[in-house]
Amino acid sequence: MRNIIVRKDAYYDSVFLMLINQDVKKIDGIQEAVVAMGTDMNRDLLVDMGLSTDEVAAAGPNDLIIALDGSSEDALKAAEKAALELLHKKSAPGKGNEFRPTSVQSAVEQMPDANVAIFSIPGKFVPREARKALDRGLHCMVFSDNVSLDDEIRLKKLAREKGLLFMGPDCGTAIINGKPLCFANVVRRGPIGIVAASGSGLQELTCSIDKAGGGISQAIGTGGRDVKAEVGGIMMLTALEALAGDPETRVLTVISKPPAESVVDAVIETLKKSGKPSVVHFIGARRREDTDSIRFAPSIEDAAWMAVAAAGGPAYEAAEFSMDSASVEKIVTREAAGIGGKQKYLRGLFAGGTLAEEALMVVHEVLGGVYSNVHPDQQYRLKDPSVSREHSVIDLGDDTFTVGRPHPMIDVSIRNEQLEKELVSGEMALLLLDFVIGYGAHTDPAGAMAAEIAAARKKVKDAGGYLPVIASVTGTEADPQVLSRQRRILEDAGCVVLPSNIQAARLAKRIMEKVG
Amino acid sequence: MAGDNIRTLFSSDLKAINLGLESFSETLRREGTEAIQVDWKPPAGGDEKIAVLIDRVENNPKLKRDAANDEAVSRVMKSKPTLIDIGIAADVVPGMHKKLVLHSGPPVTWEKMAGPVRGAVIGGLIYEGLAKDGAEAEQLAASGEIEFDPCHHHDSVGPMAGIMTASMPVWIVRNETFGNHAYCTLNEGLGKVLRYGANSQEVIDRLKWMDTVLAPILKDALAAHGPVDMKNLIAQVLQMGDEGHNRNRAGTSLFIRELAPYLVMLDRKKEDLAEVFRFMHTNDHFFLNLTMPACKATVDTARGIEGSSMITTMARNGTEFGIRISGLGDQWFTGPASKIDGLYLPGYSEKDAARDVGDSVITETAGIGGFAMAGAPAIVKFVGGSPQDALNVTRRMYEITLRENDTYQIPALDFRGTPTGIDLFKVVETGVLPAINTGIAHKDPGVGMVGAGLVKPPVKCFHDAFAAYAEKYGVAP
Repeated sequence: MRNIIVRKDAYYDSVFLMLINQDVKKIDGIQEAVVAMGTDMNRDLLVDMGLSTDEVAAAGPNDLIIALDGSSEDALKAAEKAALELLHKKSAPGKGNEFRPTSVQSAVEQMPDANVAIFSIPGKFVPREARKALDRGLHCMVFSDNVSLDDEIRLKKLAREKGLLFMGPDCGTAIINGKPLCFANVVRRGPIGIVAASGSGLQELTCSIDKAGGGISQAIGTGGRDVKAEVGGIMMLTALEALAGDPETRVLTVISKPPAESVVDAVIETLKKSGKPSVVHFIGARRREDTDSIRFAPSIEDAAWMAVAAAGGPAYEAAEFSMDSASVEKIVTREAAGIGGKQKYLRGLFAGGTLAEEALMVVHEVLGGVYSNVHPDQQYRLKDPSVSREHSVIDLGDDTFTVGRPHPMIDVSIRNEQLEKELVSGEMALLLLDFVIGYGAHTDPAGAMAAEIAAARKKVKDAGGYLPVIASVTGTEADPQVLSRQRRILEDAGCVVLPSNIQAARLAKRIMEKVG
Repeated sequence: MAGDNIRTLFSSDLKAINLGLESFSETLRREGTEAIQVDWKPPAGGDEKIAVLIDRVENNPKLKRDAANDEAVSRVMKSKPTLIDIGIAADVVPGMHKKLVLHSGPPVTWEKMAGPVRGAVIGGLIYEGLAKDGAEAEQLAASGEIEFDPCHHHDSVGPMAGIMTASMPVWIVRNETFGNHAYCTLNEGLGKVLRYGANSQEVIDRLKWMDTVLAPILKDALAAHGPVDMKNLIAQVLQMGDEGHNRNRAGTSLFIRELAPYLVMLDRKKEDLAEVFRFMHTNDHFFLNLTMPACKATVDTARGIEGSSMITTMARNGTEFGIRISGLGDQWFTGPASKIDGLYLPGYSEKDAARDVGDSVITETAGIGGFAMAGAPAIVKFVGGSPQDALNVTRRMYEITLRENDTYQIPALDFRGTPTGIDLFKVVETGVLPAINTGIAHKDPGVGMVGAGLVKPPVKCFHDAFAAYAEKYGVAP
């Protein structure tokens, strides 16, 4: 059965028609389809195929021929309709065909005034690509890990020579000109400039400053190894010098994992030279004596409060909790009351590495030793980070958990799986959690764990016990996930939510002390 | 010193280039910051062996690759291909003799020749009067009495099968800057033609008509007109919707316009003149056989530059795809000819397609063809359907080329020069393969063109060539 249509003076490009031809042929019940202009060659072809008519024979190169051979009237109709529709189809504008350069060089050609390059490619390829970026005058932010120490030193020296920032490797967060890079929170802008050798620590610090009413000028990450003796704090010092000269920055704040002594001295020297009031918190290190311009903070949250005070905010007052002690006592009593039976141990499951370390330091001594995969004391190192032992605090960002899968700040199932393991023995007396929101993080980390938390609490209750779940949310109201919304979800699931990680750890400690 | 660049950053709008997780650039865009997402792939597609070779080349302080490539691509830019005459192959093509059959692509034996190429060889032998029919021609071709050699070894290029024999008329293009020449047969039209492997009497008759009527008339018209500046003409057609390989409609039209006043003044039979006009008019690809030798005469000047990693030849013979590199002499590096990702003429499908064949990829080698896709919106269906896709094809080619052409420009890219001078090093490093437009021949001899599309050249020939380059120019392992 055939259907042959000739449309006079309807010119289409032959390539366009080939494409239509292909699609029409695919229609069920169609054996042959020719959608073509009436050129000599095409008309001869139609004769060969037995699809020629008088009208076809009379067609010229400007006439469109639709010749269909099919098994039914319906098939022919469908094919004709399809052909006509395809002839008049307008392509959807723009979407999905944006040009993407394949190299740093051509990206720079496309955006000659680019000023920063962000790398989250496999670490072994970073040196090569980062060198190209530095050669083109780009500041670098390297999220990737697995860059060798030698390469890090080489690249940082090169960056310093060129007067460029080189944040990382393994630098998860930064805020430059108010813009979040990689994992970062949406915080108020203001006069506090931060340099940090700790990712989740920097997030907790910027959020605490935001909560205390302060604002950030720049938050520069250096990567954790920057403060080791071998690297010598090259980037920390470079960044501090830059902030010292930045008119928008009135207060300098440094937060870092314990640096090498030589680096500590250099940092203090640089801060002194800046002439700007400064706040320093070396996580887990002995506190130094304050100087005229430098205050040493006992915790990340204290560092935030001190910085806000130095920037003209409310005067700093040390406080264990934001709420009054009666309220704290009430919660402790309530949460401790139901714990019983086999329930003996605190279990902390953390997405943020620095947050895990901070919590660990709060609870370690009081509880007579807490095991952890981030414990500085080998004696308390967990052999297998995924297997708790007595009191345990686990950093789920450990390589053990992230081989072939994203970081637990993105992939919440890592923590849900670990929680299930913790429930097996029935020995867990308290669950301590951190939630980090902001850009880069899971779109709803509280919501993705709420059901599991409620189920865990029910399971413990069914066994005759009670499971307190103490949590904090590192984030701000302006974050896409919205701080208050995340808190509400957690509270609805039965969690006690504290304003900061350290306060959550202190509350956990108090409850555990109460249980004895 | 240190603080200046950083303070500049603090007082500028952040503009980011992101390699890796796409969410990082999405975040910035959502916050109102310009961010380019790089389509990053590990060097050499993660091939460790090649990555080692890249290091060997990069770590050789004595190798002046940039300077050598600069010299190579400068010669391409300086070249002035000019159409000067039509001659008979035996008289003008170096080394041509009665028993020599030139074919497209790298060297290939009769035994390994693809269907359409064999068909064209048979047609060529009949045309030369060396055999009276197909059977005899096949016997002769297999006998060892006939010498086969690539067009490229004789300053020539041929589309599709690329068969050139002693009696054929050829275009003669001279590079006015460097004095070298390039040759190519005249385009026979579409359908059942020799270059697609057809060899029936109809084909032979047309070739004879081309010898006796078409070529002499065009030769006279050309003589009256004087040399035709091919570079200028190609620059014009790129601004008229041609890319110079799969679309030659504007070029053919311009060429007719160029010669028309001289053709009509020739003292020839009106019927013959009309036939010549009609022949050119009904064959959109007539101009291709002029573009090709123009590109050949241009790129040939970049051959043999010590240290240069520029690709000076890409060509296919239906069995293999081959390339040659400036700094590696005349050695061919080959890989199996690919199937073509294409669109088909009515009545045909990919079942009918031969593998990739022809020297016409000399156009891409010289910076037009697929590399100028952005200038040919009428044929964007080959590359995905929208003009944006065509722009992207050209943009991608800047990643693997040495320079932007100073004469060939793309209006849609704000008159940016076409990406010119393919750098083997960049191809291997980025894993971006040259974008090649091409026609598709029927796999059986004698049927003709069945479609057109895009070729993905075999990675192997680029990797092999790079291994040889690293062997010659890299530091010792």
